[in-house]
Amino acid sequence: MSNVSITPEIRRSLKNHTSLSQSVRNSFTMAYRGLLKIRRTPEQLFDVTFQPIIFTLMFTYIFGGAVSGNVYNYLPIIIPGNLVQTVITTSIVTGVQLREDMDKGVFDRFKSLPIARIAPLAGALLADTVRYTIATVLTFAMGYIMGYRPNGGFGHVVLAGILVIVCSWAVSWIFAFFGVIARTASSVQGISMLILFPLTFLSNAYVPVDTMPKWLQWFVHANPISHLVSAVRDMVNTSAFGGSDLVISLVGAAIIVALFAPLTVRAYMRRT
Amino acid sequence: MSKRNASESTLAHDTWAVEARGLVKQFGDNRAVDGVDLTVRAGTIYGVLGPNGAGKTTTIRMLATLLRPDAGWARIFGYDVVKEPQIVRQLIGVTGQYASVDESLSATENLIIFSRLLGLGRAEAKRKAAELLEEFGLTEAAKRPLKNFSGGMRRRLDLAASLIAQPPLIFLDEPTTGLDPRTRAQMWDTIRRLVKTGSTVLLTTQYLDEADQLADRIAVIDRGRVVAEGTVDELKLSVGTSSLQLRVQSPTDMDRARQMVDQVLGVKSVVSPEAGKITASMANADQVTDLLIRLREARIHLAEMSVQKPSLDEVFLTITVHGVKERESAAVEDEHELEVTRV
Repeated sequence: MSNVSITPEIRRSLKNHTSLSQSVRNSFTMAYRGLLKIRRTPEQLFDVTFQPIIFTLMFTYIFGGAVSGNVYNYLPIIIPGNLVQTVITTSIVTGVQLREDMDKGVFDRFKSLPIARIAPLAGALLADTVRYTIATVLTFAMGYIMGYRPNGGFGHVVLAGILVIVCSWAVSWIFAFFGVIARTASSVQGISMLILFPLTFLSNAYVPVDTMPKWLQWFVHANPISHLVSAVRDMVNTSAFGGSDLVISLVGAAIIVALFAPLTVRAYMRRT
Repeated sequence: MSKRNASESTLAHDTWAVEARGLVKQFGDNRAVDGVDLTVRAGTIYGVLGPNGAGKTTTIRMLATLLRPDAGWARIFGYDVVKEPQIVRQLIGVTGQYASVDESLSATENLIIFSRLLGLGRAEAKRKAAELLEEFGLTEAAKRPLKNFSGGMRRRLDLAASLIAQPPLIFLDEPTTGLDPRTRAQMWDTIRRLVKTGSTVLLTTQYLDEADQLADRIAVIDRGRVVAEGTVDELKLSVGTSSLQLRVQSPTDMDRARQMVDQVLGVKSVVSPEAGKITASMANADQVTDLLIRLREARIHLAEMSVQKPSLDEVFLTITVHGVKERESAAVEDEHELEVTRV
């Protein structure tokens, strides 16, 4: 221990709060940790690789003829819908993995370090945007292979992709909250699926809303997922930008983060 | 509070690395920690000794801001663990009972991430990681994932990670549990060197020899309470003096020998018939000379003679077993005695 010497506590400058810049820095370091983990265990990317491919193929060929007369005409409807469904569902894994991660001893060290409390959570969520990006790219790529040529052009496809990634990141705070309060990883999976499955399917993602009964139409119109799907469709199919659906999606995402980020951090700090 | 506030109350506590009064933590019906008081002087090694489930880990977790006490208070270098946790975290390093490092990453990656979190720059973090790995003899294994690390290597990495910020107070929760004797001795060396650099160490252990070897002062914890506190010598003294053990060659001399022991040493000796051994407490070593001369004069031949100092084991058993008898709470008794005998 020749070159290690201890700085006495009296000569340290100490403060009891964490600055915003430190919180951001800590979160990015934790995101770096998340990326390293993904690189070490690439098999955890299986779901974001195969789900977009299989689901896009499956739903397009099952519903295409029935909904739009043929597969080609269905693509502008299904690709944005499937994109939102796939990427949002992927955000469940964030909560599940967070639960598994928190059970490990290393989280004790994170808690005992003088870092921003939000950093281990925000970092994990930030790193998972890589997963959303993979799912987004693969969904559009599948669509392209099947003959989908969005009218909005490449620029709008990219913007729509970013919109979906941002919204999924926001939604992942909900599942992070479940991850922090739940006892086991499988229960996180269970609760999350129970909420997300109806939300994604009771929307305009796969079929035109006017074929549904009146009471269901009411729910589908209120469903934030529908607004996100509409916003993406407008962007990639007609280059429409800034409609009410886009505003609702972004405001909704902001509200989710504003509500669930503090809730999650508080639950995380209280948990022993 | 940006700079240290030199108010009188904090200055008065400067020599105390840890001060805790009446710490309580309750998990459901189980009062894991039931009013623990601790005072640790800066620059010393303090041992918290106790059987499994005595409340050692829970106490450490409260002191390390990982757990909120239900009652009582604790200060680290004068800073309250509940009111100023972020300051306390800048003064401590924690090495848990189960290695608190990232299994899926390599040793270097672990240390770099912890260094970056503690505010070191990219290059600085790299240098620090290399330096610590060198220090703890882990350089060769630096790139390997931790899954292939032995228990001893993991503990060393864990301790290395606690030293990045060079904290003045280090908590070690059972640092050598499950390690082989050689690795354990290495760990002890590391801990001793740590204190030489100016650190204070608070360690928990269920091994009495470990506390005996390392700690300047010891608190014995049992069922969430401190049942004894003091230096190693004080604790040994509290159980009694050294004892003299004699074995005579021929069993027929047994009674005469015993009478002489009682007479000369002025105590009541104990005979264990199966071993043919006489045991008597020895307050004054000088009297043993007289006893040996008397035995020679009476032509009683000795087969064996030894002096036994009280061990911490005896301290421990005496204190904790007394405690059980006093309280006589039958509910948990069986389980508890089992634990004592296992120690």
